[in-house]
Amino acid sequence: MAADPANLAYVRTEEAPLLPPPANEAGVRGWLIKNLFSSPLNSLLTILVGAFLIWLIWDTVKWGLFDAVWTGENREACTGEGVGACWPLIWDKFPQWMYGFYPIDQRWRPNLVFLIGGAALIPMLIPSVGGKLWNAMFLLIFFPLITIILLSGGHVNFLAQTYAAVIALLLLAAVIVPIAAFGLEDGLQRNRPGIILAAAALLVWLGGFLVDTPSISIGFARVNALPFFSMLLAFLAGVVSLKVALADNSGAGRSALKGWALIAGGLLLAMLLLDIDFGLEPVETSQWGGLLVTLVVAVTGIVASLPIGILLALGRRSKMPVVRMFSIVFIEIWRGVPLITVLFMSSVMLPLFLPEGVNFDKLLRALVGVALFSSAYMAEVVRAGLQAIPRGQYEGAQALGLSYWQMMAKIILPQALKISIPNIVGNFISLFKDTTLVSIIGIFDLLGIVQAGLRDANWASAASAPTGYFTVALIFWVFCFGMSRYSMFIERRLATGHKR
Amino acid sequence: MKGKLLSCVFGFGLALTATGAMAGTLDDVKAKGFVQCGVSQGLPGFSNPDSQNNWTGMDVDFCRAVASAIFNDPSKVKFTPLSAKERFTALQSGEVDLLSRNTTWTMSRDTSLGLKFAGVMYYDGQGFMVKKGLGVNTALGLNGASVCTNTGTTTELNLADFFKANNMQYQVVAIENSDETLKAYDEGRCDVFTTDQSGLYAERLKVKNPDEHIILPEIISKEPLGPVVRQGDDAWFNVVKWTYYALLNAEELGVTQANVDEMKSSTNPEIKRLLGVPNEDGSGAGFGVGIGLDDAWAYQIIKNGGNYAEIFERNVGESTPLKIARGKNALWNKGGLQYAPPIR
Repeated sequence: MAADPANLAYVRTEEAPLLPPPANEAGVRGWLIKNLFSSPLNSLLTILVGAFLIWLIWDTVKWGLFDAVWTGENREACTGEGVGACWPLIWDKFPQWMYGFYPIDQRWRPNLVFLIGGAALIPMLIPSVGGKLWNAMFLLIFFPLITIILLSGGHVNFLAQTYAAVIALLLLAAVIVPIAAFGLEDGLQRNRPGIILAAAALLVWLGGFLVDTPSISIGFARVNALPFFSMLLAFLAGVVSLKVALADNSGAGRSALKGWALIAGGLLLAMLLLDIDFGLEPVETSQWGGLLVTLVVAVTGIVASLPIGILLALGRRSKMPVVRMFSIVFIEIWRGVPLITVLFMSSVMLPLFLPEGVNFDKLLRALVGVALFSSAYMAEVVRAGLQAIPRGQYEGAQALGLSYWQMMAKIILPQALKISIPNIVGNFISLFKDTTLVSIIGIFDLLGIVQAGLRDANWASAASAPTGYFTVALIFWVFCFGMSRYSMFIERRLATGHKR
Repeated sequence: MKGKLLSCVFGFGLALTATGAMAGTLDDVKAKGFVQCGVSQGLPGFSNPDSQNNWTGMDVDFCRAVASAIFNDPSKVKFTPLSAKERFTALQSGEVDLLSRNTTWTMSRDTSLGLKFAGVMYYDGQGFMVKKGLGVNTALGLNGASVCTNTGTTTELNLADFFKANNMQYQVVAIENSDETLKAYDEGRCDVFTTDQSGLYAERLKVKNPDEHIILPEIISKEPLGPVVRQGDDAWFNVVKWTYYALLNAEELGVTQANVDEMKSSTNPEIKRLLGVPNEDGSGAGFGVGIGLDDAWAYQIIKNGGNYAEIFERNVGESTPLKIARGKNALWNKGGLQYAPPIR
């Protein structure tokens, strides 16, 4: 029987054409149905939220653009019913909000600091740009020095005693060099004379507080006897300790000595740099203000809190009881008090404890307070990261014969810090916003100077406060959002094999 | 020497400012070349930075007057903005030489804090602001009104006392934050807004239509605001006190910034003594020397900053946005309370 194609069961000779997906699944309509109107409840929510958003956005735009006042000389322009944002206030006050009371003709100095900081920070933040080590060194060592000199004018005029005291302290610190090189027991054994001399120096120095001794002449100057002897002893202790470190032929002593020399030399060099007169007009920190102070406080807090926090976190997990107790006490004390209390303590209590006539710079006090406070929080964040690392990682590192610091630096911390990134950056962001608290101790940070500007009788009006607060919120948002996005970028970059 | 050792150790931090509060403040101030003056962080008309970083206001101008008396240069002042909480510590610890920061003179502050009030720069007190439409022009007409005030301040107590003493009914709307309190008043949640009168004038600027609100003339509490110095330093206290009196005496005698040079040749012996014009025999008037300053001290004050009336008008008077009337701050012979002992 010949096959009649017409009687055959239907067989496809060509592929069926691809049909477009159903209208409910594709295109704008599909997306809308899928995401916004998938059920009656969702549709209702969409409509409600949408209406709310439109109302909100419309009002904001109306306030900020249509009803806003754009030009004017003083409050007269912004007074009256139905006035939206008062932008001339911003035009008038904006420079002050950036620099505070920094002298107007010296504003190029903070500008230069911002510029140098930006130029150094941006390549640091882009992973593909090389020279990270030098970049980091510049940012962490030279940039702070440049900032201090440019902003304050340098030329600190250290007293000769200050130099002497710093050199004595550095030499006293040299006692640790043999311990660092040969370990605790061996180091103590070898450097017994150095330790005894150092202890004697400390005792004599403390004695200086208890008894008033006559001053003696040392050729060119008259000095008080006890502190002078204490310095001599410290000097001897340092020399003896360094000799002990040098006497050993292994490299350990020499490298520890190198480290000490680098730190001591760097410190003295920094002091000398701050002492030099660059011919810049001195600007007291009480004149700094606005975004400048906010950035100074926040950046100092951020930069100081991470290393101190890591050390504290390691200390809290240490097996050495003294180190562990110190870390716990430090962390719990600083975490146990509100930042406001710390700031008040620094500005109200501290001056009463200090001898009359001795007065720390107010901003410096706030900076130290903020840095220590945020370190305590950072320590707990890092500790959480450390605890998430499986024990096998520690044991594996130890099995390889790594020392404690090698294990931490090469195996544990890179992993712990990586998983802590969201929390670390969260801490940074909250610290950045907490800097506004310094305005309660009379430092004009960004928020403080905006509030002072709003109280200016020339600009006080019903429209001023919303405009000012809106602007300051926007500035804070830009910085915090930037930090947040960058942390997400770094997280994605470092997400090596933990994604499921 | 102990102090020196301490400071050389503490001096390790880069910013060490020695204020040396032990010697007489006047000598210290002369030695360092400027007056360190504690002011408010921002109070319109009293101390507030303008857009060009200049401090303006009555409290600020008083600091400048003290600097003029000592240095004949009103710019030799450094201002330390202080919050209400830290102001007394700053003065006690020697961080500032003079506190000129709308501080109310009360007995407890005068006697237990180791401080001395040098005078009353501004007689303040709790007042009322109402809408013009209410048709009230005395506080005694506020029967049955609802009053907006801040919670937990003495204003609430004063309010209760005042209405009770005058047998009037009222309803209080207490709100935590002062900005919100004003907003509630502006939106009509209450008829009356109450706080210190100087503050009322400043707050009036922030309502939607300032011209539709008036401040009632009555004051129902005493808030004398004045400059404060440390107790136990009488030489400095005298300088500050007599700077204030010189401002008042100059106004009373009609000596102004503009005419002070002509006034020097006045025949009025009171003016001559005020301005330190030498006696006919050529000897000095001696009043400035008596408080450790130049005999031209008061001349310098007036020449550089004007008398009390000029300071008042310039900062809070009718020509400024605040438009505060002299009221209780008029001179004693014009119905006010400002009175200075004579220079004699």
